[in-house]
Amino acid sequence: MANTTKKTTAKKAAPAKTVKAVKATKTTAKKSCKKPTAAELKAAQEAKEAATFKVHSAPVKNVVEDAPLFFEKKLPQKDTLQVGYPLEKVDAMGLVTGTQKYVEDIDMPQNLLHIKVLGSPHAHAIIKKIDVEEARKMPGVVAVYTYKDLPRVMRTTAGQGFPEPSPYDTPTLDQKVRYVGDRVAVVAAETEAQAEEACRNIAKHVEFKVLDPVLDTEEAMTSKSIIHDEKDAYAPIPIFYDPKHNHCSHVETSCGEGKNGVADMEKGYKDADVVLERKYYPHYAQHCPMEPHVCMSWLDENNRLVFRSSTQVPWHARRIMAQTLQIPLKRIRVIKPRVGGAFGTKQEVLLEDVCGFVTLRTRRPCIYRMTREEEFMESRTRHPMVVKIKMGAKKDGTITALSMRIISNTGAYGSHALTVLSNCGSKVLPLYHANNIEFIGDTVYTNLPVGGAYRGYGATQAAFGTESMMDEMAEAIGMDPIKFRQLNHIKPGESSPIIKALGEGREGVEMIITSVGLPECIEKGKKIIDWDKKTKAYKKQNATNPTKKRGLGMCCLMQGSSIPEVDMGSVLIKMNEDGSFNMNLGATDLGTGSDTVMAQIAAETIGCKHSDIIVYSSDTDMTMFDVGAYASSTTYLTGGATINAAKKVRDQIVSVAALIMGEDVANVTIKDSVCYGKKTKKKVTFSEVANTALYGGENVKKMFQVGAIGSHISHASPPPFAAHFAEVEIDTETGDIDLLHYVAGCDCGTAINPQLALGQVQGAAMNAISFALTEEYMFDKKGRMQNPTFANYKIWTARDIKKLDCFLAESYEETGPYGAKSVSEININGGLPAIGNAIYNAIGVRLTRPPYTPEKILAAIKAKKAEEAKASKAPAKKAKK
Amino acid sequence: MQLNCKVNGKACCFEIEPNEMLADVLRREGYRGVKVGCREGSCGACSVMFNGKPRNSCITLAAMAEGADIMTVEGLGTPDKPHLLQSCYVKHGAAQCGFCNPGSLISAKYLLDNNPNPTEDDVKEALDGNLCRCTGYIKRIEAILDAAQQMKKSAKSTRGKK
Repeated sequence: MANTTKKTTAKKAAPAKTVKAVKATKTTAKKSCKKPTAAELKAAQEAKEAATFKVHSAPVKNVVEDAPLFFEKKLPQKDTLQVGYPLEKVDAMGLVTGTQKYVEDIDMPQNLLHIKVLGSPHAHAIIKKIDVEEARKMPGVVAVYTYKDLPRVMRTTAGQGFPEPSPYDTPTLDQKVRYVGDRVAVVAAETEAQAEEACRNIAKHVEFKVLDPVLDTEEAMTSKSIIHDEKDAYAPIPIFYDPKHNHCSHVETSCGEGKNGVADMEKGYKDADVVLERKYYPHYAQHCPMEPHVCMSWLDENNRLVFRSSTQVPWHARRIMAQTLQIPLKRIRVIKPRVGGAFGTKQEVLLEDVCGFVTLRTRRPCIYRMTREEEFMESRTRHPMVVKIKMGAKKDGTITALSMRIISNTGAYGSHALTVLSNCGSKVLPLYHANNIEFIGDTVYTNLPVGGAYRGYGATQAAFGTESMMDEMAEAIGMDPIKFRQLNHIKPGESSPIIKALGEGREGVEMIITSVGLPECIEKGKKIIDWDKKTKAYKKQNATNPTKKRGLGMCCLMQGSSIPEVDMGSVLIKMNEDGSFNMNLGATDLGTGSDTVMAQIAAETIGCKHSDIIVYSSDTDMTMFDVGAYASSTTYLTGGATINAAKKVRDQIVSVAALIMGEDVANVTIKDSVCYGKKTKKKVTFSEVANTALYGGENVKKMFQVGAIGSHISHASPPPFAAHFAEVEIDTETGDIDLLHYVAGCDCGTAINPQLALGQVQGAAMNAISFALTEEYMFDKKGRMQNPTFANYKIWTARDIKKLDCFLAESYEETGPYGAKSVSEININGGLPAIGNAIYNAIGVRLTRPPYTPEKILAAIKAKKAEEAKASKAPAKKAKK
Repeated sequence: MQLNCKVNGKACCFEIEPNEMLADVLRREGYRGVKVGCREGSCGACSVMFNGKPRNSCITLAAMAEGADIMTVEGLGTPDKPHLLQSCYVKHGAAQCGFCNPGSLISAKYLLDNNPNPTEDDVKEALDGNLCRCTGYIKRIEAILDAAQQMKKSAKSTRGKK
């Protein structure tokens, strides 16, 4: 696999690679995001037709399952019976009555050990001396490990496909600590209190050599302090990696009017009537799932190591544990029970290594749960960034040049460092046409909390830059900001060279965009927030009201649906005697409702009710493989696998029913778990079919289990689209900001379950708002987070919402199951730009360093006033002359 | 030491440590609907009804529950016989990951016990102590308002019958 991994990320001084990547996109025409030619469209159509698969006649050509490029042609919504309805979430009743089981909700095994980890008090230091002998003798203490005790295996904690695009820079324990909270020692004791006591004792017996910490993102690459100076850190795939300069990853690409289709930025800026350049600083944030990271492990009756973990990625966890613990993969089983929220932070294999070592060495079951404080300081965060956008545009609205330069701060370890960075470009830049586009991104190490996957995954940070710039540019060229966006956003039948140029650790997959519900998102959102009327009214109102200023702002967004030709999901469906089905899938429902969505897709395809599908997810022993719940992939990707499995099951049911009825296979139809024969006018229930298949019947002597496995990979990553609107009131005397109204509209293709899909929009929008207005990591000068509690890190509660309106603007995505694409991530990206733009429209001040707290707003107002006073003096002098 | 209290209507006697928190004791005794999300009394996942009022059991010493009447989500209703609030949560899609549901249901019950006619603002106020990161609170507010509406209707119809 490594051989096929192409190198798209080159060092700065290697433009040849960039040219190559761009060449392949064949973009030599005037517009870089041009419409495809008739020939290209025809070829795409032919490919589509060739790959469209029919429900009832799928001759097996090959043992390797063909992944369909496109699903069955448009099924009108009215004809579906299970897909497109707000059916009951399959686990809901258990969740609200407290019977569903999360990691800690089983009867605890006897002899359970409790794990506590001593975190570093310093951001950057070397452990000079550590004495744990006293701790080892303390009451209840069973095991104490330091870097001296565990094998040093360099790997990543990022739960990504193999080989991972994140550097192998993280041993379980190290002599060096790289951020406040980094592991110093592990203790396992009979009780939690005893483990804590032992940690306190060890803390008294450690001597550190404190090193200068690297705390500034922009200065990291030139710092004399090197965070990863160890010799054994490396990138497992051929990508740029230069830890000696705290330089974790580099990506660059460009496309446009230059030679061989690369960008000619100089020309782009020259062609423009206005060129603007701005820096934006999206900030640190934590996912804050209500259930913190927690993992249990034990040895089963066959001496196998079992993990019960709150994880998004059971299979990656199993693989990374085999690597870390140096035991055969077959000895490991990972069970994912109900998960209490994740949002990306549990795409990290964080606790399993410690649990695994303790259980293997003590042969006792153990539990390691993070405290809320540890969750903030020691789990994963949103990569904070410096986003520099330079844009050139003509007065007619043509964008002649768009440059995005990013420095991303991955903290002490490079988890998701490269892929979050490349997603900044690939999930944001294709949204608008631009004659010349360049993307240059760097990820740096610092001695701050570790970045990771977080809903939005880079697009959140980058969209803050571009969507703020879109407003600034619209104002500069004298165009309505919505019109400016409508003019330039991508339309059906179009593509962007960026999609091909930027993949995840390799080239992307070319794609023509077919479903774009953005115009409806914009129009409907405008209406709901009363855009036209209010923008005019507030201009007048603001001129007369000296202290209370109101403003509206908006933004447009896109994301993706799965990682094309990288991610794979699979599903097993088998039939029971009563006509119900077990569906065992690897896709990890984290509370998102994917179990329900898959049940609806399976039921629709087979011809039964979703309540007849018994869903079980996920367990590496019991269910099929799935990469996990990330990259907005589950509905789109595993939904495809579900259709593949369900179609095979349906074919088997039809063949048994045909035998029973003496009917031709082609003449059998299914509705509501009953098979009907067209000629014989007979009918046979699913229960009869299942019983006949299992126990035999008059015409059926070869008994078999009705059941099948389906797999799926995607060849595209169709973007969902969204438009967000915000209405704010600002008190110019105090800086106080009141979010009066927030509107989020999202095009997710077909909403398999509109209620659950809308819930995803609402949850993400709320998180976006909270992130934009109140959530903030506060560090002291030495890099320690000062506010790692819910009391001091403010996430929004029900009482903080004034008015939040969310809606779905459905389109039909031909490559997705029943027309679906993703919905989960995109809506977290709107808060920063939409509210930022609204603030600007209210008070004429642009805040580039969120969150938009009253303190920052007031400071910005004062700075603006001071500047205006200065400016008013200057022209007065000129006028005199 | 021993703790004598009532849990979900049943008289209980638990063996506890003096420094143990109520949430931990309840969970150990099988009431696992009580969730622990922060151990600082901020997230409300551990809310239980304590002598008729919601209380964060993660920062309540178990010993303080001597003689107390406690209700956990298990006492509110079961999958076979759910409370109207629980049915409305299901109907409105208010459960995503569900980790915060047991706590917020206790807060919601307290609201409806004391205010059969709540406004949207009343509901928001009542849920202020129950953090949720999944739903954006919207569906939960809808569910509680719906439950209040239905309770009123059924109260009216029973009155009418009399």
